[in-house]
Amino acid sequence: MGSKVKVLLEHIDKPGIRGYDVYRANGGYRAVEKAVKTMTPDEIVNEVKTSVLRGRGGAGFPTGLKWSFIDKSNPTRYLVCNADESEPGTFKDRYLIENIPHLLVEGMIVSSYALGANTAYIYMRGEFRWLFPILQKAIDEAYANGFLGKNILGKGYDLDLYIQAGGGAYICGEETALLESLEGKRGNPRIKPPFPAIKGLYGCPTVVNNVESIAVTPWIVNNGGAEYAKLGTEKSPGTKLISACGNIVKPGVYEIELGLPVEEFLYSDEYCGGIANGKKLKACVPGGSSVPILPGELLLKTAAGTARNMSYESLSDGGFATGSMLGSGGFIVFDENACIVRNLWNFASFYHHESCGQCSPCREGTGWMEKVLHRIEHGHGTLSDIDLLVDVAKKIEGNTICPLGDAAAWPVASAIRHFRDEFELHVKHPELVRHHYMNDYTTPALQLV
Amino acid sequence: MSEIKFKPETMAKVEAIIKRYPEGRHKSALLPILHLAQEEFDNWLSPEVMDYVASILTIQPIEVYEVASFYTMYNLKPVGNYVLEFCKTGPCCLVGAEQTLEYISKKLGIKVGETTADGMFTLKTVECMAACGYGPMMQVGDFYYEHLTEQKVDRVLEYFRNSDPQKVYKTDPLTIADLKN
Repeated sequence: MGSKVKVLLEHIDKPGIRGYDVYRANGGYRAVEKAVKTMTPDEIVNEVKTSVLRGRGGAGFPTGLKWSFIDKSNPTRYLVCNADESEPGTFKDRYLIENIPHLLVEGMIVSSYALGANTAYIYMRGEFRWLFPILQKAIDEAYANGFLGKNILGKGYDLDLYIQAGGGAYICGEETALLESLEGKRGNPRIKPPFPAIKGLYGCPTVVNNVESIAVTPWIVNNGGAEYAKLGTEKSPGTKLISACGNIVKPGVYEIELGLPVEEFLYSDEYCGGIANGKKLKACVPGGSSVPILPGELLLKTAAGTARNMSYESLSDGGFATGSMLGSGGFIVFDENACIVRNLWNFASFYHHESCGQCSPCREGTGWMEKVLHRIEHGHGTLSDIDLLVDVAKKIEGNTICPLGDAAAWPVASAIRHFRDEFELHVKHPELVRHHYMNDYTTPALQLV
Repeated sequence: MSEIKFKPETMAKVEAIIKRYPEGRHKSALLPILHLAQEEFDNWLSPEVMDYVASILTIQPIEVYEVASFYTMYNLKPVGNYVLEFCKTGPCCLVGAEQTLEYISKKLGIKVGETTADGMFTLKTVECMAACGYGPMMQVGDFYYEHLTEQKVDRVLEYFRNSDPQKVYKTDPLTIADLKN
């Protein structure tokens, strides 16, 4: 993978790119001109379908396909952008909005036109308080230059774009909970079907897309879906923003062409720069806290021994037994002193806190898992607790309205599968693994296990 | 207690927010208006403030209570002049957030969830703020304070002590010479 095509961040380093003039001078809003003046909405939907762009929020569902489900018999349709970015390990959307807000605005216009939406909302997590004026300024500039509002570019298309603030709830990143929240209610996910494409915001057909997915659409309109599909791999076309964090030399947001070897991403100076402080790689959660954890050796190579790369298919190679997922691109790296048990307890506490409480398997199960993990981490666990955790996780998975239950269960099952020794050590020899923090764990000699 | 009423300029914002939604869908304005209310009325939502918001939106008070109690950004109890919202989620802990939190707690002499006796600081922990690459971190007002070290915590708290909270809440830490690093 030698090429370094940048779909999203090509102009990120240009001084003033946050403002309209510089953005425009670098080809900004050309996609709106091309779309509104020369293309029909269906042609854009087809280009996005051809691109095989997969939703960048985490699920990886093809964006064009999602768009094609929208019920066109209803004249009132909505596009809602999911900027609720809250998946632990993920901080890419924030980076885009902060540094190149017009890209999202342009994407919203192009995408709304394709869907026939005349009103669109960007639902942004409320904590991003400093981003609201930045994004609002970009929207105001787009209005002032005739790219938003009535009769855009004199072609008779109207679009109003608004930002909506969330209130601090991870669950609102789930699309139907987001819509509930946007309607001024608690973020309780809805039962599907009906899917939002049929019955979404205010009961009208609605598409909900992640920031990054929407920000890609101007490039696809400008260059064509076929060009986009040439990037990356066959099953994972294009580029992806990866937010890398944890025990690495250079945490940050990187745009990679999908298919980049994991080893290159982790160790080359262009990206993560290797493990910080000269330590060894222990494990990695490659796609946000919800995806299975992989021990270092399974991160770099699949169970079959082939080099793993950064793509949907390669990271999931081996299924949940020996693989993981690309997810949201939240790449969390653990060094040799990271405690897997404490991290899992931390994540369980996160999911317990964020469970909306609608479904009992999730509401109760996440709490049980948190308690059992607390016990194990603090030296009061029993060996049967480890199996109890697996059992509880299994009973949450697939038994809830929304995927939060699965997201809480997967990390537990995988951590125990790959690091059972460490859990047993916490139970059998708590005095040997005494540590107070997540990053001061040392593994004693293995013969003690 | 003085009458609970938005200032005219805030009321103008409220009206503009309500116009973002279709006719009859004004309840959508609830979350944004609660943010404005919290900002205007001492950084927390008392039952009286929530009732006032309900009256503006012509919805039942319970519709406001159930929303305000669901979302963590709304304070349902009085808080200190500065609310330190410290991230305690995994990725931040990998780079030392637990130690930094302990340091802040010891320095202020309060536990998580408490407010200092002088009413200056409230210490809260929060879940992932999408700053995982820049931890340890906390939010104070509109901005994130990232890459926290003990020295930086000292400087930040000192700066807060000598400032007006309303101004600090709106000040980008990157513009404060002393806090750049």
